[in-house]
Amino acid sequence: MAEEVVKFKVTIDGIPVEVDPGTTILNAARQIGGDIVPPAMCYYSKLEGTGGKCRTCLVKVSKGSEKDPRPMPKLVASCRTTVMDGMEVQNITSPDVVEARKGVVEMLLINHPLDCPVCDQAGECKLQDLGYEHGNEGTRYEFERRTFERIDIGDKIQLHMNRCILCYRCVYVANQLTEEREHGVLNRGDHSEISTFIEKALDHDFVGNVIDVCPVGALTDKTFRFKNRVWFTKPVDAHRNCPTCAGKVTLWYKGDEVLRVTGRKDEYGEVEDFICNTCRFETKHTSDWTLEEPTPVDHESVIGANHYLAFNPPSVIHENKKLQLANEEQLARTERLK
Amino acid sequence: MGRKLLLEHINEPGIQTFDVYRQKGGYRAVEKALKNMSPDDVVEEVKKSGLRGRGGAGFPTGMKWSFLAKPEGVSRYLVCNGDESEPGTFKDRYLMTHIPHALIEGMIVSSYALGTNTSYIYVRGEMMPQIRILERAIAETKAAGLLGKNILGTGYDLEIYVQPGGGAYICGEETALLESLEGKRGNPRIKPPFPAVAGLWGCPTVVNNVESIASVVPIINDGGEEYAKIGIERSTGTKLISAGGNVKNPGVYEIELGVPVEEFIYSDEYCGGIANGKRLKALVAGGSSVPILPANLICKTINSDARLMTYESLADGGFQTGTMMGSGGFIVFDEDQCIVRNTWNFTRFYHHESCGQCSPCREGTGWMEKVLYKIEHGQGTIADIDLLWDIQRKIEGNTICPLGDAAAWPVAAAIRHFRDEFEWHVLHSGESQSRNYGLAHYADPIKPVMQ
Amino acid sequence: MLSIQENQPVEFSAVLLEQFGEIVSRYPEGRQKAALLPILHLVQAEYGWLSTASMDKVAAYLHIQPIEVYEVATFYTMYFLRPQGKYMLEVCRTGPCCLVGAEKIMQHIEKRLGVKEGEVTTDGLFSWRGVECMAACGYGPVLQIGPEYTFYENLTEESVDELIDTLRNKAKQQA
Repeated sequence: MAEEVVKFKVTIDGIPVEVDPGTTILNAARQIGGDIVPPAMCYYSKLEGTGGKCRTCLVKVSKGSEKDPRPMPKLVASCRTTVMDGMEVQNITSPDVVEARKGVVEMLLINHPLDCPVCDQAGECKLQDLGYEHGNEGTRYEFERRTFERIDIGDKIQLHMNRCILCYRCVYVANQLTEEREHGVLNRGDHSEISTFIEKALDHDFVGNVIDVCPVGALTDKTFRFKNRVWFTKPVDAHRNCPTCAGKVTLWYKGDEVLRVTGRKDEYGEVEDFICNTCRFETKHTSDWTLEEPTPVDHESVIGANHYLAFNPPSVIHENKKLQLANEEQLARTERLK
Repeated sequence: MGRKLLLEHINEPGIQTFDVYRQKGGYRAVEKALKNMSPDDVVEEVKKSGLRGRGGAGFPTGMKWSFLAKPEGVSRYLVCNGDESEPGTFKDRYLMTHIPHALIEGMIVSSYALGTNTSYIYVRGEMMPQIRILERAIAETKAAGLLGKNILGTGYDLEIYVQPGGGAYICGEETALLESLEGKRGNPRIKPPFPAVAGLWGCPTVVNNVESIASVVPIINDGGEEYAKIGIERSTGTKLISAGGNVKNPGVYEIELGVPVEEFIYSDEYCGGIANGKRLKALVAGGSSVPILPANLICKTINSDARLMTYESLADGGFQTGTMMGSGGFIVFDEDQCIVRNTWNFTRFYHHESCGQCSPCREGTGWMEKVLYKIEHGQGTIADIDLLWDIQRKIEGNTICPLGDAAAWPVAAAIRHFRDEFEWHVLHSGESQSRNYGLAHYADPIKPVMQ
Repeated sequence: MLSIQENQPVEFSAVLLEQFGEIVSRYPEGRQKAALLPILHLVQAEYGWLSTASMDKVAAYLHIQPIEVYEVATFYTMYFLRPQGKYMLEVCRTGPCCLVGAEKIMQHIEKRLGVKEGEVTTDGLFSWRGVECMAACGYGPVLQIGPEYTFYENLTEESVDELIDTLRNKAKQQA
């Protein structure tokens, strides 16, 4: 007889889903997919312990569980809150959540240099997406923005601390994928910065993954620096027999030339497998690789030639004036795209 | 004269030494608990006493203790939070300096109740002299056989160590404190799990304030019910209040909960009134994080009841017209103080102390400081006041730990109650640089609210 | 940020190492990282500040990565990452102390020492800075001086002058 598998029923923005116990609200939402998935800037499912910091994934738990239906008193970080059976969660159907998220996006941007025109991450930047989807058009911040000295961390990785949102993902990469961590978060508060403190090149086999996990343009591939805009390059999935890593990558072509190699990312920007530095930085000839197929590109991405997706919320939002008002900017975006 | 439980013998010469403390009846609670009571009995007494956490949150201590997970074969820890750094609060410094053995005795009884064999007292690093005092007290107690192996022949072993901090307000937050104790940056942890399940080194841990732990001693000596007789309703026992700012007699006072606020400010037994014959303008009743109140809401609540020094009465009226007991940091402002400047100062403090992990606090506290600086220095606009209100709203409730709330509340309360002083700063930008707004109408009697 | 470059080699004395050992013994096996904060206090008391070389030594002693030490040393405000004056006057600048005149005391110290906040006097004797609440609000204005963190309360301009003179004489006698 097969063992009975216990599943928890959760409802997110009115859409029910059954998930394994221990699943977070965010991952339950990802199982549903679409516009009700909270954005996540610091959580990374393949790095243990990440999440909870950026606060963009805040949601409202309007019913704690079947057993204890009391709502949670505050908004919670969906990436670090596990579901209970019968839990009801509101994301874009809660004006409070939409409002709070707008606040978080504004906070993340007040000290950001907004140098997208010269940033290599532009076009695949999660902060750009976030600003576009949840932010205000203008800023209310009128003070000088925080700046840091640019620190060289080796000849392969470029650190632009000004752009960093302190998601800590790169610190977890060094902790979990390399034998010794040489960079970390120094100072505190809004002076916090990613740094090596002493001049040092990061050169562990897997440390190049800090580039892939960085949601913004703080850590970029120096071998790709200013080579091209990502939307002019063509991503192709490829593999090779690599002694160090799985060797499954995406090659970014311009004409016949491989400009850059990255891990294969899913729609949430997470790589399928972490790749080694040799694959990433030193294997840039087509002859090194077995090509598979053009990488499927998310329609929302500019890499897919400006196919921005319309906002497609659950129908309850279209029926409710208050919720329409809360999602005003997101709905207006759909209008603009028409 | 109210009863003194913690500071009864404070004026006794030599009370900081083991011998004098013992002579005055010290360590009776250790004997009673270890010889005649089971650990659960001790927890039960503390529950009966109604003691609420004295560090700020006011969570019932006995209940907190009963949450401690007790898996077989896993060490448990008691950590005393002596990171006192809430502006306005200096009671723990006083207690540790003058009667260190009250804390050590409380630590032994509490550790016994929780079944820990190693306990730590985390003291902020700036209190190096207090750390030395506590270490000396621990050595004395150990030499007397009340600490160490097989205490009083009961078979109970306990070691207590003092751990210095490194200078960070955030380490007063219990999970940041545990991180710091583990030798890391004081970044608050994301909860759950709570320390009662996974605390120090992942083991079940209770974190209690210095005063809470010291209060366990009279509770065990006299019984929880006796302790609960002091005070009003759910505010039982005595509380140390740190009185500072513009009062005639600043200092630490032990009060029976329930003393009227008016009596506490004006009676010679306590603060002795406002310094230099000035008038009262505002009060922060429980440390810089709690809402500031204008003079007309301090001694009487909005319903014209006398406001008392209890958790409930201070909170009467919610954040609209009330405040909080907090950690008992009682800061009095006289008519010459500028609320805008003080709010700017407090916000600078929170900006400086934000750990920087989560975005609303990291970015928002600095932003508020800059806007407040602008207003205070005569460069602000009316829109800035609204902006400030909006920023604090975006921080409150959206952060990992309560520092975000602590930074937002003083700003919200200052604007709520003193908005015209902010507007005056904006509209009279020149004048505001050379004189203060003064008492204005803040002491005027409140019109009764008609329902 | 990058560290200050310095070339002085660091060798911990036997006395210091014994103290380190006692501190490490306070924690369970394998949890020696917990000794980091207290050990950094001892190292700073010995050398006056925390150089990269000294922090690396501490890392090696505790079997942790140097970056773990840098992260901690830069987080907490009590650790100095550059040399300071022999006497660092730390004046509380938070609300309650300001209600009783802390700002005036800081202005006076600045004038008296002739250096700005964070700078060192030319004779290397003094630095000063404003620090946040020291939990002594009833005795304000207050200042403290490490490494013993001796405490001076109810400051007036006169008492500050007196203190500076005393310290200056003390340094002269030691020289």
